[in-house]
Amino acid sequence: MEYPASAMNAISEPDAIAAPAITEPALPRLATSTMDIGADITRTKRNSLAWTDLVEGAALWRLGVTLGWLDIKLKYRGSLLGPFWLTISTAVWIAAMGGLYSVLFHQDLHTYLPFLALSLVTWNAIGGLVGDACNTFTQAEGTIRAMRMPFFVYALRVVVRTAISFAHNLPVIVGVFAIFSVWPGYVAAQSLLGFVLWTVDGFAACLLLGSLCARFRDIPPIVGSIMQIAFFITPIVWLPGQLGAHGWWLPYNPFDALLETVRAPLLGHSVSGLVWMLALVDSVLFCGLTWFAFVRVRTRLAYWM
Amino acid sequence: MRGPDFGPCGNGLPALFRDPKPMAHIQVENVSVDFPLYHGSARSLKKTVFAAASGRLGEDTRQRVVVQALRNINIDLRSGDRLGLVGTNGAGKTTLLRTIAGIYEPVAGRIRVEGSLNALLDPQLGMNMELTGRENIMLRGLYNGFSKPQINAMEEDVQEFAELGEFLDLPVRFYSSGMIVRLGFALATCIRPQVLLMDEWFLAGDASFMAKARARLESVVRGADILVLSSHQSAAVLNWCTRVAWMDHGRIVMEGPAEEVMDAYLRGVAPSARVLEEAASLPA
Repeated sequence: MEYPASAMNAISEPDAIAAPAITEPALPRLATSTMDIGADITRTKRNSLAWTDLVEGAALWRLGVTLGWLDIKLKYRGSLLGPFWLTISTAVWIAAMGGLYSVLFHQDLHTYLPFLALSLVTWNAIGGLVGDACNTFTQAEGTIRAMRMPFFVYALRVVVRTAISFAHNLPVIVGVFAIFSVWPGYVAAQSLLGFVLWTVDGFAACLLLGSLCARFRDIPPIVGSIMQIAFFITPIVWLPGQLGAHGWWLPYNPFDALLETVRAPLLGHSVSGLVWMLALVDSVLFCGLTWFAFVRVRTRLAYWM
Repeated sequence: MRGPDFGPCGNGLPALFRDPKPMAHIQVENVSVDFPLYHGSARSLKKTVFAAASGRLGEDTRQRVVVQALRNINIDLRSGDRLGLVGTNGAGKTTLLRTIAGIYEPVAGRIRVEGSLNALLDPQLGMNMELTGRENIMLRGLYNGFSKPQINAMEEDVQEFAELGEFLDLPVRFYSSGMIVRLGFALATCIRPQVLLMDEWFLAGDASFMAKARARLESVVRGADILVLSSHQSAAVLNWCTRVAWMDHGRIVMEGPAEEVMDAYLRGVAPSARVLEEAASLPA
């Protein structure tokens, strides 16, 4: 059991005798910890400190989840439908684009709309996360300057926030699939593997872009334009089959490979080995780059706020 | 250092009631902190890349404007030590607190802190005006890694002290300024760290400080094994600190027993090397 610390120190501290008697309840104590940081540390130590950041950040998962959840709650506090506005706006968007593009591309609505719904919702998650990742650390400036926290907590917050938005868009996919009676079958379970890969890449994106954007404040617009280009060169509103033989390079677009690991199983196709391999290679390279950068800039992040 | 029976771990008590925590310890060795000043083009990737391409980056890096916030700071504090930091604005007091708290990692030197640490630096820390009082309490608990029952205990304590009543479930922006101050204060002081770092804002408006708040703050200060207090107010430093470090331009210019250093500081006397030596050899 805890006991008031003042009782202990009243004995050891002479000047405490004059202090008023304190009858406060036993309050939670912080976990005892040891912090050891220095400028002349070795590369191994730098790596291990970065790793500790990830581990301690993951241990604070309840904080990260709560922060992400509160972000969504605050954004929609006071609105009648709350985050379900997301669902409605996505549904309207898909209905409008589906109607128009199926005519433009001479596509059968029956196959086109489920593809479009799934593509747009998944792209919303990827594109939304990348855009949001830029503010991972700048958004938490106050906290970063006020207390030592694992930086991974802030990445967790952004990923949770994106996951919650994504979950609110899922009913649109379910609705479209139900209307066109599309049932992907058990192969859909494969998409879970894709989601795992997305989550890992999402953390990496937050750490990398969050750090870069903290240092260079003109990166968010650059990222914005890259994502806009990616949206058009990735098969999202157009079907990969429309390129015919010219589409051999598609899986080499990292966004397409990543999208396919989740989208294909949900449309009832198995993901090809090549796509999985490329998605994994892209992720390993991306995570490696992130690690390289994070280990180096972690100690500087507080100075950049 | 103090004798063993003066330790904060309650060595005078029967073994059963002894504090099981290990001793707290702060070691700051030769620590220097530089602040790079990023302004204008230094914040721009485009300009940095173009500067690199035209071969101007090397020069840029060398000529980068930095503020030398801390220079060769050495501090060794053990359980029972109460250190006051005094000095003019910009002397590096708050930066030193932030560095000990592990927020700024030094460019030179080494810092080691043993024991749980809480830094009372920012009165608005973690307070989100849009969230309710209850949500703010929960968040603060989570920041400290508390469990659900611990957060409940915290909530009870804060509620009792801040006297928010039904406002607890309303967003903080509806609170009166007095309620916000009470909530912020209650949140900051409901945690009992072994190492307490405190900035002067906490003592601001000392005269109007409620007796209740004073008693609460004192109990937190006394509960801490090590206190580092940065302040302009000599009364607070003399009241709470056993040692004082006088800082100027990022350096500790004089360190020693509280009365002696405060006396010199208030008279504005530059310390001689003799005093510094004496201070180093004095028992803390």
